[in-house]
Amino acid sequence: MIKVENLTKRYAGQTAIDDLNFEVGKGEIMGFLGPNGAGKSTTMRILSSFMPPTSGRASVAGFDIFEQSLQARAHLGYMPENVPLYNDMRVTEYLDYRAALKGVPHRRIAERVGDVKELCGLKEVEKKIIGALSKGYRQRVGLADALVHEPDLLILDEPTSGLDPNQIRQVRDLIKNLGKQHTILLSTHILPEVEMTCSRVIIINKGRIEACDTPENLLGRIRTASGVVVEAKVGSDNGAEELKKIAGVRDVIAAAEGDWQIFSLRVEADTDVREEVYRMASARHWTLRELSQRKATLEDVFVEITHPDAE
Amino acid sequence: MRKFYTLLSREVRSYFYSPIAYIVLVFFLFVSGADFYFQLSFMNQRPVSYSVQEAFFNSVFFWFAFVLIFPLITMRLFAEEFKLGTIEPLMTAPVRDWQVILSKFFGALVFYIILWLPTLIYFWVFQAVTHQPAANSIGAYCGAYLMLLLLGMFYLSVGCLASVVTKNQIVAAIISFCVITLHFFSGLISFVLNEISSSTRQLLGYFSAIEQMGTLSRGEIDTRPMVLYLSMTIVMLTLTYQAFQSRKWRL
Repeated sequence: MIKVENLTKRYAGQTAIDDLNFEVGKGEIMGFLGPNGAGKSTTMRILSSFMPPTSGRASVAGFDIFEQSLQARAHLGYMPENVPLYNDMRVTEYLDYRAALKGVPHRRIAERVGDVKELCGLKEVEKKIIGALSKGYRQRVGLADALVHEPDLLILDEPTSGLDPNQIRQVRDLIKNLGKQHTILLSTHILPEVEMTCSRVIIINKGRIEACDTPENLLGRIRTASGVVVEAKVGSDNGAEELKKIAGVRDVIAAAEGDWQIFSLRVEADTDVREEVYRMASARHWTLRELSQRKATLEDVFVEITHPDAE
Repeated sequence: MRKFYTLLSREVRSYFYSPIAYIVLVFFLFVSGADFYFQLSFMNQRPVSYSVQEAFFNSVFFWFAFVLIFPLITMRLFAEEFKLGTIEPLMTAPVRDWQVILSKFFGALVFYIILWLPTLIYFWVFQAVTHQPAANSIGAYCGAYLMLLLLGMFYLSVGCLASVVTKNQIVAAIISFCVITLHFFSGLISFVLNEISSSTRQLLGYFSAIEQMGTLSRGEIDTRPMVLYLSMTIVMLTLTYQAFQSRKWRL
């Protein structure tokens, strides 16, 4: 559905994206992940034909974005970052206009606009002026606009930025549902969102692709992400030093909470040290109140990949 | 073509979403109404050798209002889209650049024509009250309104160009105001300077909107201003198109 070959974009003096290559297949939900300024929006703007690349090629739904830009644009629904909208139009009026602009046949406009309003939960604000809408509703208008012409492909640039947790959940569910019929490329820096919705993830940093895989495989690749939390009363022992002696423990950070000591252990990948910790605690008569393993999240992957020397 | 009409109808309607349309309409009707009133009361005092159309379309009042309305009509065309970022959803829809540019230009032109329609009532009332045959000469109407249309197209295209080069509406308004007043008042040079030769005076006359209006509002349909303003409009719109496209590459 999307094919990107050697895509490069240079602004005056600086390279925004550097030699990107990736493909998104039909029916995939591809997450586009990266720190601010990594080149996510630039890539999406190029794919939506808003601006031309410096070099390289890309095609959307089989149409070259530069040579056959109109056909490519007709097949994709794009929602830009921050969702710019005409503030002085009413919701229905705006969607009618956008549907006509995107070539929805005249007799189908009312039906399509009705459908997307239903889908995006815009029924209760359909007569309101867009400028008076809350951020959450604006986001939904943007999404409805992207969907109105039944595109094969959706490109969503930070669809959940600036929303409250409930709204994020609603949008996430909506995207998941849309993924059943559409191919979706979405960018975000909210990591749980990617873990929950995307079938594949591209991690981009400083204009280069650092990783491209399923969320599960990315988690598997990470070397030292998992950790163990131990809360114990250790008496006169130096708990941190003792715990470090356990095989597989790389590092221990200790904090005190009254009589209790809280240790955060970083351990080697694929090792479970909890049994050893328990044995040590019972041998030394520590009182143990918590012993739990923290699972690696995509956040750890993200931090590790985008800041390799942050440790 | 359908996309062009969709864009055009939004452009025309968008004037009436914002208070600008109503402010311009009220301001313009007030000034042109006052102009008409003063011209008539002047004509009432003594016999004059010109018609009511000539009087109306050649007064200082009229020209003053005329040069002011163009920056107000055109300043938001592109600048607002750039500022709000709405250019992004607009240009990622399957529309061609020239469709967007022409829809904005013709949208402004439609509003400009709407602005002028009420002035027809003045002449109708004048005719109904005075039964003056001179006020009914079809050539004078055609000539005067043709000149308004031609000069309007040129000035609107200047406004389009000014609006496409900046995302600040005020800057766009100032640029178009400066260019339009410069062009307009360059027609007055031959009135101010005495020691220029008659051939220079004649040359300047070809470009003088004031002289052209004088001719056309007498009912003499001159083709020279038609060619001049139509070609200038095309040049300005082409430049607008170029500037609009180059923006993409500089983004």
